[in-house]
Amino acid sequence: MPPGGGGPMTDCEYSQISTHSSSPMESPHKKRKIAARRKWEVFPGRNKFFCNGRIMMARQTGVFYLTLVLILVTSGLFFAFDCPYLALKITPAIPVVGGILFFFVIGTLLRTSFSDPGVLPRATPDEAADLERQIDIANGSSSGGYRPPPRTKEVIINGQTVKLKYCFTCKIFRPPRASHCSLCDNCVERFDHHCPWVGNCVGQRNYRFFYMFILSLSFLTVFIFAFVITHVTLRSQQTGILNALKDSPASVLEAVVCFFSVWSIVGLSGFHTYLISSNQTTNEDIKGSWSNKRGKENYNPYSYGNIFTNCCAALCGPISPSLIDRRGFVQPDTPQPAAPSNGITMYGATQSQSNMAAATPLLQSEPSLTSDELHLPGKASLGTPCTSLTLGQPTPPSSMPNLSSEATLADMLPLKEELVGHQFLTPEEAPSPPRMLAGSPLAHSRTMHSLGLVSQDSLHEDSVRGLVKLSSV
Amino acid sequence: MAPQVHNLQELRRSASLATKVFIQRDYSEGTICQFQTKFPPELDSRIERQLFEETVKTLNNFYAEAEKIGGSSYLEGCLACATAYFIFLCMETHYEKVLKKISRYIQEQNEKIFAPRGLLLTDPVERGMRVIEISIYEDRCSSGSSSSGSSSGSGGSSGGGGGGVGSR
Repeated sequence: MPPGGGGPMTDCEYSQISTHSSSPMESPHKKRKIAARRKWEVFPGRNKFFCNGRIMMARQTGVFYLTLVLILVTSGLFFAFDCPYLALKITPAIPVVGGILFFFVIGTLLRTSFSDPGVLPRATPDEAADLERQIDIANGSSSGGYRPPPRTKEVIINGQTVKLKYCFTCKIFRPPRASHCSLCDNCVERFDHHCPWVGNCVGQRNYRFFYMFILSLSFLTVFIFAFVITHVTLRSQQTGILNALKDSPASVLEAVVCFFSVWSIVGLSGFHTYLISSNQTTNEDIKGSWSNKRGKENYNPYSYGNIFTNCCAALCGPISPSLIDRRGFVQPDTPQPAAPSNGITMYGATQSQSNMAAATPLLQSEPSLTSDELHLPGKASLGTPCTSLTLGQPTPPSSMPNLSSEATLADMLPLKEELVGHQFLTPEEAPSPPRMLAGSPLAHSRTMHSLGLVSQDSLHEDSVRGLVKLSSV
Repeated sequence: MAPQVHNLQELRRSASLATKVFIQRDYSEGTICQFQTKFPPELDSRIERQLFEETVKTLNNFYAEAEKIGGSSYLEGCLACATAYFIFLCMETHYEKVLKKISRYIQEQNEKIFAPRGLLLTDPVERGMRVIEISIYEDRCSSGSSSSGSSSGSGGSSGGGGGGVGSR
């Protein structure tokens, strides 16, 4: 029995029900027209992606290459110069064990550096608006000036009161143990620390790899150091120490590197072993969140009570999959995360990141922005060549103040609503006072984003050109 | 099955999004993924409290199962470590398997329970496991209540569910 309205039934595709799919007629049409962009290309955090989104690292990777070079060179020298002698004189098991340790170190290092540490995706605009509303209700009307006081929520976990902080950048209440990394500009679950040596944050998803890395590196360092000393000692028994050093100069270099590394690496392993056994993060330990000095009643609510369970949970527990879905395709009608300082990213990965590097220090700290600061993302976003939007004349950015453009675009938007999708002008669009200026680059970047994605249709392209020309007046 | 597919797609075409309700996380048991079972007032006229709570509780149970720390998860962890985590290239983790179960369950719930009432659940994994997003649709065509509007779009069997909201 056909339901009422049998007309649309006949041209309806039987596609898998998905909350993300646009109406079935449009999606194959769209996919043929555009190269759909992957989510990593529009990721709002400050991360670098490689291999089409499979590899994720922090922005500054110089120290990571140093780490890699140090390990490779030292181990290489060891295998080349010390192992032949030792394999003959003592046992061939030495290079074998060394080799296994070396591969384990490199494997865990790459795994730590390349994986998603547990980044929390930013709130969608609807979520952010809903939270704002709830906070406004809870606080009454916002009083203390332009910037509302920091927002916190208290929860009781295992009898201990824990404060959840509101993240202004990601527009979410951070889960317990999560923290915002200022270097990567992401909230990370169970944030431990940002490690420049591995070029990534260490968080929930890669903590065990990090721990395995430093543990195996300590063993490797001690191993190499011990056997280099053995090698030189054995040689010096035959030829005297000076000659021994002259015969294998590489050993000197290895010994020096290992000597200086061993203290820090072994120390770090010991420290993290303590953290794992008490189920704390570096962040919590440094702040003294659960130390007895804060009060007798203060204890760690996440600890399982005994060392063995804590270790097993940290090292052998289940790994949650990455929440940011780097290689997924950006859906045109999916609400993009609220990212006022990062509206720029939607126009192309490489250019946007360089723009962001300049813009973010300015924008990142403020939830409420002055119009001067707002002008910067507007400038950058329009200056960036848009591959999808074919604007005949690039509109000079300075002639397009953000607030007026937002007004004109918003006027035209009801016409485009049918074409783009229904989520952009939800009731949450009405800006609440603290969000007024933060809302405008948001709306601006979102509308531009939506315009960018629908412009492949020539009809839309013309209307986009018309819109931009209108707003440049 | 076919009437249900059309039901949701008809919904998206003829209905307009009125508002969204967000079910937040419940952190009282720590960092494990649990959602609050508190019934949001916006859904008061749309769905029975019991059905809603049952859905959220089932989801909570699924997530607890995914994050359970026990013998099998240790085994998986140790095996993965021993193979230098290469085994994940071939095998799905237990967590991923449960997430697939969850998305099938949500789809099923949408088809059977939520869509006839003009609601749509979004899988939390698409929102970073922060919220369960429930979209509330108002039917444009109907002049009367939205439940009667949605029942005009629903097939024979689900019409009873849609009409049932009004009749209760």
